[in-house]
Amino acid sequence: MEWLIQILNSVQYGLLLFLVASGLTLIFGIMGVINLAHGSFYMIGAYLAFSLAELTGSLWTALPLGIVLAFALGLVLEILLISRLYRRDHLYQVLLTFGLILVFEEMRSILVGDDVHGVAIPALLDASLPLTENLSYPVYRLFISAVCLVLAALMYFTIQKTRLGMMVRAGASNAEMTQALGINIRWIHALVFAAGVALAVFAGMIAAPVSSVFPGMGNQVLIICFVIVVIGGIGSLKGALIASLLIGFVDTFGKVLLPELAGVAVYLLMAIVLLFRPAGLYGRP
Amino acid sequence: MLVARDLHTFFDSSHVLHGIDFSVAEGETVALMGRNGVGKTTLIRSMLGHVQPRTGSVRIAGRDATRLAPYRIARLGVAYVPEGRGVFPNLSVIENLVMAARPGDDRRTGWTLERVLETFPRLSERLQHRGMQLSGGEQQMLTLGRALMTNPKLLVLDEATEGLAPLIAQEIWHTIRVLRDAGTATIIVDKNFAVLSHLAHRCVILVKGRKVFDGPPAELSMQPGLRRQYLGI
Ligand SMILES: Nc1ncnc2c1ncn2[C@@H]1O[C@H](COP(=O)(O)OP(=O)(O)OP(=O)(O)O)[C@@H](O)[C@H]1O
Ligand SMILES: [Mg+2]
Repeated sequence: MEWLIQILNSVQYGLLLFLVASGLTLIFGIMGVINLAHGSFYMIGAYLAFSLAELTGSLWTALPLGIVLAFALGLVLEILLISRLYRRDHLYQVLLTFGLILVFEEMRSILVGDDVHGVAIPALLDASLPLTENLSYPVYRLFISAVCLVLAALMYFTIQKTRLGMMVRAGASNAEMTQALGINIRWIHALVFAAGVALAVFAGMIAAPVSSVFPGMGNQVLIICFVIVVIGGIGSLKGALIASLLIGFVDTFGKVLLPELAGVAVYLLMAIVLLFRPAGLYGRP
Repeated sequence: MLVARDLHTFFDSSHVLHGIDFSVAEGETVALMGRNGVGKTTLIRSMLGHVQPRTGSVRIAGRDATRLAPYRIARLGVAYVPEGRGVFPNLSVIENLVMAARPGDDRRTGWTLERVLETFPRLSERLQHRGMQLSGGEQQMLTLGRALMTNPKLLVLDEATEGLAPLIAQEIWHTIRVLRDAGTATIIVDKNFAVLSHLAHRCVILVKGRKVFDGPPAELSMQPGLRRQYLGI
């Protein structure tokens, strides 16, 4: 039964990573921007969960508040800063978004401090599901997986089945033609960026109760998410989902089966995938 | 419908349009002609907001459109079928059409998905195919059909029949004629002078970024010397 727990943990970790990586891959695939600050949004989410839960007394009120704030932050950032990067070299993108990381970490330090925090699991989900006589699984982790799955399905539906999604895909392949059809591509870009920010912030918020809240947590996630984007193929949501789950499994089982290799297992996976598919699993070479 | 005055367009330091006046009245069909590289595409793109002219003005549907973003110009009732088509290769045929659907600037909804598919029955056999899987002719029908989904008052066609099999080109010409008879204004760039001379109300000829002729096609037909000199036909 031990392995079932590891499987559930792998899936939960992978799906959570997907929420962050999906925004990263979309922003790269659609606007061509390398956003180093994407991990910071995850960190901001975790700290938002902590602060808003303190303030309102409940994670359930904190979550919707956080999403609204995140979406607004995403819109403001896109309109003021990120939109200036679209026609520029990757070097400018990396410089500006790295600058944003420093700004966000400094703001976090000023506003909330540098302490490590924990966020309580909401009472409603603070239970364990018994698996055997002496093994059980926390309900909250199942909740995370379920919510991530719902969001992934929602994302798939929006992009593949709605007119908005068609416009997003059209804009990614030919922005000028999309404009010529009367579609304001700047709004589409702002919307995609803000949605990416909201997803990453949301991931940080729901993850807060199971992983402590600490400075620099965004950077860890950022690096893993870049690995996911590369494995999945830049711009591919399907690729990001599969790569996220793969990373979830490799990381979780790596720690159990080969503890001495735990740090490098995900990079090994990336190297192996790139050896056979240089553009990633679903990337267009 | 559209009035452009004294357009000067540059690409870096190269001066491509040298003060062009150009206009299209409501319901008028205008053929824009000239040899390769004289600036036909640049003129169109300067009027539709894709290229910023350095000086000059553009008015569309009574509004100043000189510095307007392309999507705003489109919403004034202008549809653009660019050179080289511009089908979205990653979208299916039906998605290419549906994503563009919009009532016209005056809420016209004459062009629906059904009507576009009736006009181009070939497309209805390929609704789920991706744009990149279509033949050149099908792509051209799709771009034209997609332009119509926006219910335009002015349709701009840049080399719409370029490289198409004669039968398919005929189908495109037929549709353009139907549009003209229904009162849709059109700017057409095409190499086929014979068809244009029957279709167009007016011809405009450019030479090296300057307008050298603006008049009815009959006038051109009567002066083979002009045609030879400016168009090489
Ligand atoms: N993006 C660009 N950058 C630099 N020069 C350009 C650009 N687009 C066009 N030109 C130049 O401007 C001139 C006019 O080009 P344009 O495409 O408008 O001609 P055209 O009449 O449409 O030709 P064709 O019949 O070949 O389509 C050409 O000399 C071309 O090389
Ligand atoms: Mg041209």
